[in-house]
Amino acid sequence: MSAHSTSVSAKAALPAAVNRALRGVVRLFREKPLGAIGAVIVVVFLFCGIFADWLAPYGINQISPVNRLKPPSERFWFGTDHLGRDMFSRILYGARLSVIIGLAGATLATFISITLGVVSGYFGGKVDMIVQRLVDAWMSFPELVILIAVVSVVGPGMYQIIVILGMTFGIGGSRIIRGAVVSVRETMYIHSTQSMGASTWRVLWRHILPNIMPPVLVLFSTRVGSVILVESGLSFLGLGVPPPAPSWGGMLSGTGRTYMYLAPWLAFAPGLCLTFVVYGINVFGDALRDLLDPRMRGSR
Amino acid sequence: MRAYLVRRLLALIPTLFFASLIVFSTVRLLPGDVIDQMIAQNDIGSKASREALEAALGLDKPMMTQYFSWIGAILLHGDFGNSLWQQSPVLDELLARMPVTFELGAMALVVALVVAIPIGIISAMKQDGWADYLGRSFSILMLSVPGFWMGTIVMVFPAIWWGISPEVRYISFREDPLGNLAQLAIPAVILGTALSAITMRMTRTMMLEVLRQDYIRTARAKGQTERGVILRHALRNALIPVVTLIGLQAPILIGGAVIMEQIFVIPGMGLLLLEAVSRRDYPVITGVFLLVGVVVMLINLIVDLSYGLLDPKVRYR
Repeated sequence: MSAHSTSVSAKAALPAAVNRALRGVVRLFREKPLGAIGAVIVVVFLFCGIFADWLAPYGINQISPVNRLKPPSERFWFGTDHLGRDMFSRILYGARLSVIIGLAGATLATFISITLGVVSGYFGGKVDMIVQRLVDAWMSFPELVILIAVVSVVGPGMYQIIVILGMTFGIGGSRIIRGAVVSVRETMYIHSTQSMGASTWRVLWRHILPNIMPPVLVLFSTRVGSVILVESGLSFLGLGVPPPAPSWGGMLSGTGRTYMYLAPWLAFAPGLCLTFVVYGINVFGDALRDLLDPRMRGSR
Repeated sequence: MRAYLVRRLLALIPTLFFASLIVFSTVRLLPGDVIDQMIAQNDIGSKASREALEAALGLDKPMMTQYFSWIGAILLHGDFGNSLWQQSPVLDELLARMPVTFELGAMALVVALVVAIPIGIISAMKQDGWADYLGRSFSILMLSVPGFWMGTIVMVFPAIWWGISPEVRYISFREDPLGNLAQLAIPAVILGTALSAITMRMTRTMMLEVLRQDYIRTARAKGQTERGVILRHALRNALIPVVTLIGLQAPILIGGAVIMEQIFVIPGMGLLLLEAVSRRDYPVITGVFLLVGVVVMLINLIVDLSYGLLDPKVRYR
């Protein structure tokens, strides 16, 4: 760990935030070994996604008709598909796609959750009533059904998927943020800030927001996994990111599926990667929740 | 009880109103003119003129009028409009497809409970033992395996190894009950195991909580058998939050059913939705969308009402 060695040499210069983060990592490994495994999977996944260009031995859509449907070998670790594209390279680029969609979708979702949750929870009253009924109505639709209906109008594509997934998960998650805001709102320090004449904006920004960070972080981390899983589900149905983009879900569907009977390895790599990554994010999210926010334990 | 039911039904009205608004606006107000897309991507465009299409969808009227005539027709006449593709009433199609999805969903739920509750109980009884670890690991793993991947594997590998592939033609329950159940069994098991993960964790957590209570010690002290303690005293009290969870999982179940219906070619509401999407048949899409929302709301209502059966302490006021 290079970060550790620098922390020894330049300890005083390190900002407090970095120091805290490092201590958090140590705590994670010591107290939650399973969560640490999850964290390692997440880091490897991020690494593969970010450096896909350097890591991938072949191009993303590099077609090679001579090498079509080759089983896994030294040259093609995960075999090749019906166009002779290297599956290993496509998996790496697929990781990048998942990283982008997962992070962007979860960021948007968290932003929407915070906005709705804070407005609903802090102001209460009629606003709360109306927002909560809307959330109720929204949550009675299966995510996938909303997504399919919306995609049927706006058409498939990466940006659409990010926005729709962000909105869907954002509205659903606002409940959790609202709960946190409601419990913070009634604390002594908020009342005293209010009585000192702080503006609403200041109360929200400087006092409410920092105090709801633990559930926000937990929500964000679990959302990344959900977004990735649902995106792959949509792509599997042909409604996500359209081919030839290397979406893990998309690789399991359409033409890929017809060739699986001849080349069973096509079925393995994308599904296994997806399972691993979502497993990693789930376990990491669980550990994060236990460490940051004991109140939420067992809520999922 | 009756007053409670009436109040709950009344409280459903605003939620239903918002739900209908969501359905209406999602399918009609989003960027990209529906008509343009229909003409561009469908051969409907070549058959009918733009004006005729707009009139058929009622898009030539103001938004408010459109909404009220749409919801009015549904509420007063059960009229969801006609399919743009087949010109048949959407309602007929919905009624034909709904039981299939319900059957699949119910079977999956049974699988989920049959798997989850015993494992949850054993896991709690042998806390931190090997059975507990095994059960919990299985549960986290099942949470992470995408259903569509399991479905694909189940379709592909038996075909390669043993040359078995599932029947693609749907067997209805009326013509062959056993064949129908056998056909739905595999997707129901895949869907059910995925669902069992969360239920199992909840059962375990609640059982652990309940087993620490004084009345459990009392039951043991009076000489009740372990089986009696677990089943009569602990499980019944632990089950209430588990039942709530089943209500919360209804949307997940229906979402999963869409994918299973696609993989195993089961003509339920999910497949209807996907077919409608590929044909841009908006009245059908809106119909399925709205119906699914209403069904989920009703399931949650039924779940709330069932508390009284499980827990006599619950009084509806």
